[in-house]
Amino acid sequence: MTPFTVLESIAVPFIQDNVDTDTIIPSREIKAVSKRGLAGGLFAGLRYTEIGGRQENPDFVLNKPIYRNARILMSGKNFGCGSSREQAVWALAEYGFRAILAHSFNPIFRRNCIRNGIVPVELDVTKLLDAADHLVVDLDAQEVRDSKGRLWPFAIATEAKSMLRNGFDEIDLTLLRAAEIEAFRTRDRARRPWAYL
Amino acid sequence: MGKTIFEKIWSEHCVSEINDEVGLLLIDRILLHERTGGVALQGLATAGRAVKAPHNCFATMDHVVDTLPGRTDETTMPTGKSFITATRAAAKAAGIRLFDIGDPRQGIVHVMSPEQAIVLPGLTLVCPDSHTLTQGALGALAWGIGSTEAEHALATSTLRVARPKTMRVTVEGLLHKGVTAKDLALFIIARFGSSGAKSHVVEYAGPAIDALDIEARMTLCNMTAEFGAFSAIIAPDMKVFAYLRGRPFAPDDTLWPKAVAHWRGLASDPDALFDIEHRVNASEVQPMVSWGTNPEQSIAIGDRVAPSMPNAEAAATRALNYMDLKPGSALEGLKIDAAFIGSCTNSRISDLRRAAAILRGRKVASGVRAICVPGSTTVKLQAEAEGLHKIFIEAGFEWRESGCSMCFFAGGESFGLHQRVITSTNRNFESRQGPNTRSHLASPETVAASALAGHISDPRMVQL
Repeated sequence: MTPFTVLESIAVPFIQDNVDTDTIIPSREIKAVSKRGLAGGLFAGLRYTEIGGRQENPDFVLNKPIYRNARILMSGKNFGCGSSREQAVWALAEYGFRAILAHSFNPIFRRNCIRNGIVPVELDVTKLLDAADHLVVDLDAQEVRDSKGRLWPFAIATEAKSMLRNGFDEIDLTLLRAAEIEAFRTRDRARRPWAYL
Repeated sequence: MGKTIFEKIWSEHCVSEINDEVGLLLIDRILLHERTGGVALQGLATAGRAVKAPHNCFATMDHVVDTLPGRTDETTMPTGKSFITATRAAAKAAGIRLFDIGDPRQGIVHVMSPEQAIVLPGLTLVCPDSHTLTQGALGALAWGIGSTEAEHALATSTLRVARPKTMRVTVEGLLHKGVTAKDLALFIIARFGSSGAKSHVVEYAGPAIDALDIEARMTLCNMTAEFGAFSAIIAPDMKVFAYLRGRPFAPDDTLWPKAVAHWRGLASDPDALFDIEHRVNASEVQPMVSWGTNPEQSIAIGDRVAPSMPNAEAAATRALNYMDLKPGSALEGLKIDAAFIGSCTNSRISDLRRAAAILRGRKVASGVRAICVPGSTTVKLQAEAEGLHKIFIEAGFEWRESGCSMCFFAGGESFGLHQRVITSTNRNFESRQGPNTRSHLASPETVAASALAGHISDPRMVQL
């Protein structure tokens, strides 16, 4: 995973509440047992003129020429609700998004972001709309800045920040504790034998 | 100060506090299905990592597998077969039990797991599926995860979990006759909003919850995914113990007394504190139907659509346009094209029995496509032993093999463009059940009554 420090980009305003993972990537676009090859299916239901097609819908915000290289997405409440499919986050990452600014996030979606190098920034984005042409997401400082010097601080859990900042593989970190886990399991097994099949 | 059931399970499973916010939790059960599980197992194998405790992991085929009679590995969903074969091969290589196509235990993961007593009170259980919290109905801490988290759980038998906050929803009084757990769930989500649970563990309590049977509790916990929760849980009681006794993976007779004694201690202490407390009165709940494209957009069946959510006018207008409705429209009497009974929300034997009681000796209205998909092969066989399938078939329902089926559109079967569907499922998102399909969420009773009438119809009006 690529470590995240500071990101500068134009931000795409996709301001709706309850954007679900079916909208981010419809189930029909998940065609292979793979974490890759998903960017084409991102927002497929809105981005293209017909189901299964690749003819771009010029009215959809992602297709506007100024947002072609945007790496920040802005949205409303409860972003990423619905299905736990991590393909939604893989598709966003493969397309090029590295930060999502939303009023709030679904819990599974937020965790999937952190494990794939996308920073979930919880903010009331309506305050940033006029600054969206150039935003800086600074993870170390935990703030979003615009070109006029305004800034919006955001909160992020220490562990999540450290994972994003360092690009750690969480499994490697936990495997360092294998002996501790094994000792815990041995004690627990005596206490709750029915939990072990 | 007392502890909540969540806090008790958390401390019992906490191998280590990584920091103030995150605990390394022991994971007792990992469930996988072919849609998101295969890719996790594949990722693990690619990284050269082994499954730590394969005996505590289970896989099944539910999401992609066809539900048409005579099914094989071939699917109506293009490329679906690759998910089935990849998951089968990966489960075999990892030594994980798989309830495959043709196995009587096969079924929707959140239907088959309680049936097999894979989930037990006080366990931690995860699955890369957002409706995993269904299984909190048995007093387990069960939650949905992503595929990368699933790899972590498989490789280490643990997860790093940011400690969620707690919410209790106390449901006073009792549900009226003809009003179900599904209606209660939609009522709660409509009242507090689809992000109302804000990543909390939601504990349901109160007389109305005590009165629910185990399968109804599963329906309520299941819909808590649409409430924005981290998880849902109900303290295990005598009903739970009676439900589990003698099931395949339940503790055997020698362990049973010790297990039950342990489970009895799990309930939240009387002086336990929750971060948020809500109270609702069950007697206010009517049969509910969704009118929009999010479960929070639901009303009592006799009410009219009158979107009044603050700051949600644009969303409401968009939803009304999509659903081809107008502000002030009545839902009752709205003509439907299709009716669907199935999904991890409402496809268990009790759901089928209640729907069949409405359908018995009656016919689905002409022009309505009606489908019943039992939640597991076990449910299907039980229903057939009771003769319920005959009631469904004689009424004009398709009687299917078990699976998730048309709860979502994966490029294969769908209800078709702009079709209006009354459905016992959990999500009414745009194009969820097919291209521009219009889904109305409701209880199996309401689906059955509406299928008969050809329009959205109050099940309490059907003479039983």
